[in-house]
Amino acid sequence: MSDPYYDPKDLRKFPKITEWSSELGDKFFDYYGKVFEKGALSEREKSLIALAVSHVVKCPYCIDAYTQDGLQRGITKEEMMEAVHAGAAIESGATLVHATQMMKKYDKLSH
Amino acid sequence: MATKSLLARQKLMAKAEEQLKYLSGGIFKDELPTFKHQLKNIEEFPLQPKSLEILQLNLGYMCNQVCEHCHVDAGPDRKEIMTKETMMQCLEVIKTTKAHTLDLTGGAPEMNPNFRWFVEEAALLGVKDFIVRSNLTIIRANKKFYDLPEFFKTHNVHVVSSMPHWTKGKTDKQRGSGVFDTSIKVLQDLNAIGYGMPNSKLKLDLVYNPSGAFLPSSQEALEMDFKQALRDDFNIEFNHLFTITNLPISRYLDYLIASDNYEDYMYKLVEAYNPAAVKNVMCRNTLSVSWDGWLYDCDFNQMLEMKVQSPIQHIKDYNEEQLQKRHIRVSQHCYGCTAGAGSSCQGSVV
Repeated sequence: MSDPYYDPKDLRKFPKITEWSSELGDKFFDYYGKVFEKGALSEREKSLIALAVSHVVKCPYCIDAYTQDGLQRGITKEEMMEAVHAGAAIESGATLVHATQMMKKYDKLSH
Repeated sequence: MATKSLLARQKLMAKAEEQLKYLSGGIFKDELPTFKHQLKNIEEFPLQPKSLEILQLNLGYMCNQVCEHCHVDAGPDRKEIMTKETMMQCLEVIKTTKAHTLDLTGGAPEMNPNFRWFVEEAALLGVKDFIVRSNLTIIRANKKFYDLPEFFKTHNVHVVSSMPHWTKGKTDKQRGSGVFDTSIKVLQDLNAIGYGMPNSKLKLDLVYNPSGAFLPSSQEALEMDFKQALRDDFNIEFNHLFTITNLPISRYLDYLIASDNYEDYMYKLVEAYNPAAVKNVMCRNTLSVSWDGWLYDCDFNQMLEMKVQSPIQHIKDYNEEQLQKRHIRVSQHCYGCTAGAGSSCQGSVV
């Protein structure tokens, strides 16, 4: 595709969102930066969580960013894939747990 | 993985002038600021040396490995080797230099036929920190090298070795099949005679450079991860980990272009540019001597054939006072030394 909807180069423009709303944009980036600082969790652990969530929310920019971040931190591909599976398991679990709603409704409507 | 140097494969990026042309064109024409421009912004242009601390000698480009990202384009097919005559000229300089660190590199410096003679002579001259950059596998490559750990110990050599990751897969991908297992064995041998052990005066440091088109993370955090993994998995101890950013020259530049990562990588380097790192870049306290005795601001400028900008250009004419007046030569590869916490042969600089 010559003109993709998601252009990897657009990730570089992310900081520019502050240009149209500096107060909210700045608050967001301050918050974002603070979240990923070392705290009760290590920066490495947070990077893996971010990678898993990136897949769950299906954000190509985030996947690019946190794959690279993981590489920089020495995170192995096995660790990365396990993190993605953890995210996928929760996502599929969230779908499947709704089956209880279906079962409940089915039972209620059936003899 | 290639088994020959870029030079032997007659690749375009084996030529210094082609590399410099590439680094000055493209995105640096109109999208990104040049390194010179950044220095002007902080009133550091022209960049000048501080007191000389490190004298780095490249004993030759011959190596038993052909690592994917080697900035020297070293390999078994490289025949450039420092002669005994040039080594003697270096010894004369070591006697009088104010530098406290002597740093031998290559290629694999141990492959120089006069390596042991030179180490013995240089060790007598009272250098405070005497570094040999060993790729480790050379020690197991041939019986004649097996006793090198003891030789290093005898001369109180500080061993600095490359180790791109604590896992086999990533290390072998960058440095060649079997390199990880051999490196682990040699590290264990070095530990066994005291290298890198707590309370030992024998220093063993590791060098990490990323195995791909990304920048290194925090040196402190990576050192902790390396120490834990190597201790848990192989009972290996070492002193410090130096993180080094891959500079976009030679084989690494060739890789960036071939894998369509060049533009993104240069953006990353420029975005990560840290003016504070300029104060401590290694070219300000280091002089690099090539296998044939020419002088350079750093090992990277050596590979780009950018000799020092000084009337004194060769080790035989060495004059430290005169050399300290020179202006350091820069190009876009210098962004590699100023990204994030900075990068040097001694690791991060900020």
